[in-house]
Amino acid sequence: MSDYYNKLADSLRNRFAGKYDECFVSTGQLNFVVKKQNLIEVCTALRDEAEYAFDEMIDLCGVDYSEYAGGNWEGERFAVTYQLLSVKNNHRLRVRVFVDGEPPQVASVTGIWKGANWFEREAFDLFGIIFDGHTDLRRILTDYGFVGHPFRKDFPLCGNVEMRYDEDKKRVIYQPVSIETRVNTPRIIRDDHRYADRMPEEDSSNA
Amino acid sequence: MPEIRNYTLNFGPQHPAAHGVLRLVLEMDGEVIQRADPHIGLLHRGTEKLAEYKPFNQSIPYMDRLDYVSMMCNEHGYVLALEKLLGVEAPERAQYIRVMFDEITRILNHLMWLGTHALDVGAMTMFLYCFREREDLIDMYEAVSGARMHAAYYRPGGVYRDLPDRMPRFKKSKYIDDKKVALLNESRGGSLLDFIEDFTNRFPKLVDEYETLLTDNRIWKQRTVDIAIITPENALQLGFTGPMLRGSGIEWDLRKKQPYEVYDKMDFDIPVGTNGDSYDRYLVRVEEFRQSNRIIKQCVEWLRNNPGPVMLDDHKLTPPKREDMKGDMESLIHHFKLFTEGYTLPKGEVYAAVEHPKGEFGVYLVTDGANKPYRLKIRAPGFAHMAAMNEMTQGHMLSDVTTVMGTMDVVFGEIDR
Repeated sequence: MSDYYNKLADSLRNRFAGKYDECFVSTGQLNFVVKKQNLIEVCTALRDEAEYAFDEMIDLCGVDYSEYAGGNWEGERFAVTYQLLSVKNNHRLRVRVFVDGEPPQVASVTGIWKGANWFEREAFDLFGIIFDGHTDLRRILTDYGFVGHPFRKDFPLCGNVEMRYDEDKKRVIYQPVSIETRVNTPRIIRDDHRYADRMPEEDSSNA
Repeated sequence: MPEIRNYTLNFGPQHPAAHGVLRLVLEMDGEVIQRADPHIGLLHRGTEKLAEYKPFNQSIPYMDRLDYVSMMCNEHGYVLALEKLLGVEAPERAQYIRVMFDEITRILNHLMWLGTHALDVGAMTMFLYCFREREDLIDMYEAVSGARMHAAYYRPGGVYRDLPDRMPRFKKSKYIDDKKVALLNESRGGSLLDFIEDFTNRFPKLVDEYETLLTDNRIWKQRTVDIAIITPENALQLGFTGPMLRGSGIEWDLRKKQPYEVYDKMDFDIPVGTNGDSYDRYLVRVEEFRQSNRIIKQCVEWLRNNPGPVMLDDHKLTPPKREDMKGDMESLIHHFKLFTEGYTLPKGEVYAAVEHPKGEFGVYLVTDGANKPYRLKIRAPGFAHMAAMNEMTQGHMLSDVTTVMGTMDVVFGEIDR
């Protein structure tokens, strides 16, 4: 399978020269990091050209890289990841765009794959990424009137507000949380020698 | 002449046909739906965020609680993602056990779907029939993992323990007398595999029974035929997977097209529909009962003849035996390390997908070399299906909303995550 994806990677490199930043195979999966301004053009081609024929967008999600590897991330803070699937050719592709700025903005792919609608709403809700061209960008998973974007790394795990019923006011009220986030197991990064030969950088060089 | 206006109807959040907590805002023209706007997220627990704060193994029980009617398949997706990134593969016996329990789970899920779908449409009997068989399947879960629903049975590197030699039996109590006990224990005399085999022999006849009640039933057909038709092109555009896609006539099944575990050694067929309506999706899922039954049979046969380990021997990843811990220092350290800090994964990212009973259940995992995920994204099949609610209900009657909800096989645990 990896050979197949190496060939597909070469084809992508030729077809989209200058429009992508990275194109590599890792753990048998093809990654394609597209430049932000070329996203719509590249995605349309990926869907329509018979060699790729990515007729289905399986998943779309945001990633906040601000604390990646202990906060040593250099580059744009957010990424939007698209998992594409071709039912026709039976192959997959992971497309990524990196975005920065506040709020981060990226073009919407709802015109290419209708199914992206709710996935983009979710990424907006959880990460605050604005999708230009989305016709109905509302919050989807969080509460009505929620403040903040909960999946950003600077949003605390236990949230900012809690809810309770107030006996005097005879209604449910919001108040600042009374608990602190408790983490039982610290996050530890070990440079495990067993994985030394399997780092993605290595993969990209021989891909 | 009086003025005719569209009006807005609020459906839920607590509604017996909503299969959980769903608020639907329906814009109606008389009894015809103009627009449906589902408000989801009432069951949002932030599973993905919680997982970022826990060692990898501690998130396995969260997976059970996503789609809480097909527990082990969710675990499978997560465990597969971990294994892919670790570069390990479970022992063959564990792979067969996983495939067998995936299929048991598929039957479990489809029984739930059939029962509630039929109940929504008005066939009470189906619900009772389906729950009768679910009880047996849930007993299999209990026998193998100790829990009736939230099993936490699949682990990276295998499954937690081997199949038990003895199926738990009922005992006499003040509620059940000897005669009832004998009846209940009829098929529980042997091992778990005997019990499963007995089930697979009984089950095809039971599926026939369901079909007698529904397939040619006039009311059932009136309620499902030509309701919520989705064309193949539209199904792909909307990101449909699983029976929803197959109902529209696209032969797509990850078990066949991108086989994982030992599905490539299994002999089974993929049923597809022709019209893409609710009735076709019903027929597809009913046929999946039979196909799953076939796969379970093949697994039972293999598992009987091939004993072996069900977990890898790498104690950086899997716990050592308890006996070893008593005398061996290294085992004790391994055990302590594994259950406190856990293991680290190589830096990178991976997407693993399984053919979940509802569609493609995918797990996208980003790691930075730590003992916890950096980002975990769960791709729930129901999320994409629910997003098509507006498209599927437009132009239909209010009473068809429950049919559409039934045919989508929604469970809010996975949609809201």
